[in-house]
Amino acid sequence: MRKIYDFHGGIHPPENKHQSVGEPIEAAGIPQQLIIPLSQHIGAPAASVVTVGERVLKGQQIAEAKGFVSVPQHAPTSGVISAIENRVIAHPSGFSAPCIVIDTDGLDQWIDHSGQPDFESVEPSELIKLIRSAGIAGMGGAGFPTAVKLTVKAATKIETLILNGTECEPYITADDVLMRERAEQIIRGATILRHILSPGETVIGVEDNKPEAIAALRAAAEGTGVDIVSFPTKYPSGGEKQLIEILTDKQVPSGGLPSDIGVVCQNIGTAVAIANAVDKGEPLISRITTVTGDAVDKPRNFDVLLGTPMAFLLDKAAYQAGKNNRLIMGGPMMGFSTPRVDVPIVKTTNCILAPTESELPTPPPAQACIRCGMCADACPASLLPQQLFWFSQGKEHEKLEEHKLFDCIECGACSWVCPSHIPLVQYYRSAKADILKARSDNEKSEQSRARFEAREERLVQLAAEREAKRAARKKAAEERAKKAAAGDGEDPIQAAIERAKAKKAAQESS
Amino acid sequence: MALMRITSPHAHGPMSTTRVMQSVLLATVPGILVLTHFFGYGTLVNIVWGAMLALLFESAALRLRGRPVSFYLKDYSAVVTATLLCIALPPYAPWWLIVVGIASAILIAKHLYGGLGYNPFNPAMVGYVVLLISFPVQMTAWSPPRGAGELHGLVAALEACFTPGNFDGVTMATPLDLLKQNNALLMEDLWQQTPLFGRWAGLGWEWANIAFLAGGLWLLYQRIFTWHAPAAMLASLGLMAALFYDGGSSASGGSPLFHWLSGATMLGAFFIVTDPVTSAVSLRGKLIYGALIGVLVYLIRAWGNYPDALAFAVLIMNFAAPFIDHYTQPTTYGHRDEGSK
Repeated sequence: MRKIYDFHGGIHPPENKHQSVGEPIEAAGIPQQLIIPLSQHIGAPAASVVTVGERVLKGQQIAEAKGFVSVPQHAPTSGVISAIENRVIAHPSGFSAPCIVIDTDGLDQWIDHSGQPDFESVEPSELIKLIRSAGIAGMGGAGFPTAVKLTVKAATKIETLILNGTECEPYITADDVLMRERAEQIIRGATILRHILSPGETVIGVEDNKPEAIAALRAAAEGTGVDIVSFPTKYPSGGEKQLIEILTDKQVPSGGLPSDIGVVCQNIGTAVAIANAVDKGEPLISRITTVTGDAVDKPRNFDVLLGTPMAFLLDKAAYQAGKNNRLIMGGPMMGFSTPRVDVPIVKTTNCILAPTESELPTPPPAQACIRCGMCADACPASLLPQQLFWFSQGKEHEKLEEHKLFDCIECGACSWVCPSHIPLVQYYRSAKADILKARSDNEKSEQSRARFEAREERLVQLAAEREAKRAARKKAAEERAKKAAAGDGEDPIQAAIERAKAKKAAQESS
Repeated sequence: MALMRITSPHAHGPMSTTRVMQSVLLATVPGILVLTHFFGYGTLVNIVWGAMLALLFESAALRLRGRPVSFYLKDYSAVVTATLLCIALPPYAPWWLIVVGIASAILIAKHLYGGLGYNPFNPAMVGYVVLLISFPVQMTAWSPPRGAGELHGLVAALEACFTPGNFDGVTMATPLDLLKQNNALLMEDLWQQTPLFGRWAGLGWEWANIAFLAGGLWLLYQRIFTWHAPAAMLASLGLMAALFYDGGSSASGGSPLFHWLSGATMLGAFFIVTDPVTSAVSLRGKLIYGALIGVLVYLIRAWGNYPDALAFAVLIMNFAAPFIDHYTQPTTYGHRDEGSK
């Protein structure tokens, strides 16, 4: 048995996972319209390479990656591009962003594609290229481009490759059903990743509340050397940093990357996408999304095409709009509420939660902070949330940074335990934004100051140069005048008269 | 359809500030019952009168400050303050003493500093110290416990409170006083010659302390606070007592057991030192904070001018709490020195 470790704090909220695991994964089908945001990942948005009216095939690239930290987008099914315009996307602010809209034709016609099923004879760098061109970004929630994560510095030796099947967030079961039903593909993805990174060990971490998933993975991993490790259920053990601590007892240095301590962590959904891309050449065009909450009558997991409007999925799950008080993309701890039902499913959408008022009640007004410290006991980053709250109220930026505000992972454990119902995370988000804004303002004013000073210096220099030239001319003139007065040089006026006379004489004589 | 738009987390745990305060109140019940058993109805009358005053002052202060009164009264913090202060007062205290104490606690120590959560000093202890300094006679007038004198009934207790002029109660020194004044008798002889001593400490006092200890342990079990501050306080108090026990001679400062079960030790350790608002925040900070209170309690009990010391010790350490916080920030994830782990 592998030794496992604990991380500081953590909470045990009601899991509420049983509702959505009763049914197998259901194919959601093809909606009439797909809305593909150009940005479904962290980094630069992709750039459209199609035109309105063009027919596209399933798997065809419709937008290309722009820059290193970016991924391309592909058509999830065949159809015609009907618009390239701003649409409301899944974002906490509910704003619009450029999207490619496809009117589907129901033929689901694939483009020619092929993978590298014999991956062991392929160079890792080639495989990374393939993963990048398949548009794969982390499917656990953050959506960081996978190829970038796999491109580690040549000098870095990866000791541990971790596949994250923790899924610690309540309600969500997308990874759970994926592990139960597609364990072979996960193990296949793990062996591909292992070939790319050649780590010392490959570990899949799963919380012990998913015995079926663990059993399925163990059966599929038989003889592959991939280690399936289960550990006690506690939120947020699925956070990348926390999972690394649980499995290796190492902490990712503040501001650093897991690869700095020889670890690479990938979500198990990402591993499946990698297996599909490498084996069959299929880009990332669908994912598993949980639809759950008491406001849907048929909670379950769907295999859904990217770009499918939320409303389409909610319909399939028998959504009761009247009972629903808020619509959450993600889970109850870290998900965000979305104002509309027509936003599209993207690469990072692991869950749609439609709770009723009694299920997730409207938060009561906050009471005073009594500094009880329950938040500090719950914080997985060992912060002092009550102090951070105090300093964010006073906008004391220096104190906030001293108390390591930027190491907060916004897991929500502190708010969950707070007896005074203070929306602590909201204070930290706002304080972080304020500090970043102040920093960039500061940088800008530094730049303008430098520019202003350079200009001032240049002007002074120009003035000095002009002054020097003027002084030189003056000096020369004075010297000439002095010479003339002394009579030891020819008088310039007399000389000019002489020259004119000579010229005249010459003209007359001709 | 109007969908709510709020930021994560959307779920919340079962804990509430009201529940925290109610638990604290509930945990004082065994101690109050024991005090009533040994000293009569005086403590109960104190508490009921004090709680009424606290609610009155709290409402007035909230109204003056333009805050929603019923919303804030629901947090029970005023009742907790009044209960803790009134437990510490001598039974059969006159009504005006309690008025002054509660007014100092609620109006000055709490609301002048910004209300619940913003007060740097423990309100109950501020109230207590104001009274102790201003009215030393009334504040040291403890009635004899059951077994060492006559107990008063409820009517007498009410009379003592509201018509103090008509009340003719016997008062006696507390065991802590007796020990301090003693300079001739060996511990053993002192115990035998004075009816005020029980098995380990003062008659009645020892059981009151054990009852507050039980209430405190229940709060600990309920995870209302952590063990750090109370354990550190009791440990350092015990250590100091052991150092100066002197084998039970006439110069002895009393045994660790005597100090643990005397005066306000257990009430202080589990109900005052654990006050989250005015104590240090980190676990390491709580250890230091509690330990220093224990040391101060002993120093003042043994060599100070006041028989009991808890209120002063707590207030002094309230001053020091922000300073302790500054030096005891826990190591945040990712800031660990990997070389020394």
